[in-house]
Amino acid sequence: MKVLVPVKRVIDYNVKVRVKPDQSGVDLANVKMSMDPFDEIAVEEAVRLKEKGSATEIVVVSIGPSQAQETIRTALAMGADRGILIQHDAVVEPLAVAKLLKGVVAEEQPGLVVMGKQAIDDDNNATGQMLAALLDWPQATFASKVELTGEGANVTREVDGGLQTLSVKLPAIVTTDLRLNEPRYASLPNIMKAKKKPIDVKSPADYGVDPTPRHTVLKVTEPAKRQAGIKVESAADLVMKLRNEAGVL
Amino acid sequence: MAVLVVADHDNQALRDTTLKTVAAAQSLSNEIDVLVLGHGAESAAQAAAKIAGVRKVLLAEGEPLGRMIAEAVEAVIVPLMAGYDALLVPSTSAGKNFAPRVAAKLDVMQLSDVVQVVDAETFVRPIYAGNALETVRSSDAKKVITVRPTAFKAVAGEGGSAPVERLSASAEAPGTRFVNEEMVVSDRPELGAAKIVVSGGRALGSAEEFRAVIEPLADKIGAAVGASRAAVDAGYAPNDYQVGQTGKVVAPDLYIAVGISGAIQHLAGMKDSKVIVAINKDADAPIFQVADYGWVADYKTAIPALMEELGKSGK
Repeated sequence: MKVLVPVKRVIDYNVKVRVKPDQSGVDLANVKMSMDPFDEIAVEEAVRLKEKGSATEIVVVSIGPSQAQETIRTALAMGADRGILIQHDAVVEPLAVAKLLKGVVAEEQPGLVVMGKQAIDDDNNATGQMLAALLDWPQATFASKVELTGEGANVTREVDGGLQTLSVKLPAIVTTDLRLNEPRYASLPNIMKAKKKPIDVKSPADYGVDPTPRHTVLKVTEPAKRQAGIKVESAADLVMKLRNEAGVL
Repeated sequence: MAVLVVADHDNQALRDTTLKTVAAAQSLSNEIDVLVLGHGAESAAQAAAKIAGVRKVLLAEGEPLGRMIAEAVEAVIVPLMAGYDALLVPSTSAGKNFAPRVAAKLDVMQLSDVVQVVDAETFVRPIYAGNALETVRSSDAKKVITVRPTAFKAVAGEGGSAPVERLSASAEAPGTRFVNEEMVVSDRPELGAAKIVVSGGRALGSAEEFRAVIEPLADKIGAAVGASRAAVDAGYAPNDYQVGQTGKVVAPDLYIAVGISGAIQHLAGMKDSKVIVAINKDADAPIFQVADYGWVADYKTAIPALMEELGKSGK
């Protein structure tokens, strides 16, 4: 079975996000970029499926500028087999991403698509569900455990207040949550090997998709800043202040 | 314009999130219908009929709807949307699961986690885990919106008397079968909804210490337990305790950070809390820059002292 893993190049989760003074967006100049952490978990899950013999090939696809090739290389170094870059320099919203991925699915015919539940830049949490809708496939989002059962998969999902397990028929979409696995670090030999793995470069037009955003960003602002408060010296002082001043105890 | 709000409920009663989502809907329109999806959810529908300002309640029932299976929910909502200009869904785990599916079927780009309605086309939503707010205008004819409930003030749950209309629409999910559910049975409140959260960081040093220090304090004040990513990565606390950019985003009335330095990714998950208390022996820890009450102290002495003080005053 072929597994398709879409990955997104985003600002590294450890970088402090700075809003541009002209409110046009977030400053991405000279900022460390990495694979979205949820996508990393998706790549890891696919590689584990291959190691277990459940997956035969892992195809990684990214939609973004030419630098997104680095993100694809990271996935190849973790153990994916080949990559597809759909090159587009401007912002591509989840709806357009889902339409592009639908095109990739039509070409590649994967039995399973594993992807991050959310990109940590736009925080939409939408692409996987949208792709499932466009393909009319079952979806199992926010997965913390995936077990292949032959024609299907049992997926345990993180829901409010606990866990829900669904059995989905394949092909299906699974989106990953934090608890699914801990992604590996690529070894140096695997990083070297990844350089030789093929990456196809395509454009949105190749899939007949218009990537023009439906949303116009009018401004991006910083949320109200918190002021540092006061220091307390003792437990009695703290409890008194929480009770009488803040009224939260 | 007419808008449809999807209720969040436990089949018996509505959750607060429903009343907050109706509040968001009121900034768009006065023609608000509420859709109750469930299995044996008649009581929830009756409760929805009492919400002030609701025009009509729609009730659709079925086994897959009782589990909020996304494909079944999609099958009910998509045909209904012919009669509505906007769909508003509380951004619970169920809402986040099905709303984008509906949006894609309608060929609409979803507005996720909206915290403010500017006008019928314009919305404010957090990006980068709340480190920035974007104001966006949607050009789609219909709007599909998930609403961050903590950003809106609940409308009155009493005073209305809307009619309840039962839908006979089929709601099948042929490719998906519910297997089971394990809900956390805990006397502690759920992390995402708790009024007080006590979180521990790497300074705790071990899982045993985390349990011995953080959990009793949380239980004493009826709090949920959280942890920093560093504490989770070190194995001191389970992953689902993680508060931060890649974990849970919380906004309780009181957040107590114990032995947490305050990495950016943690601050992103808790900085909207009403009151923040930081206890850390490092006076330069970044957590103190966002704390309302900072206490520079070693947790080893501070927490027992705090427990004793809380005990004295009957808590």
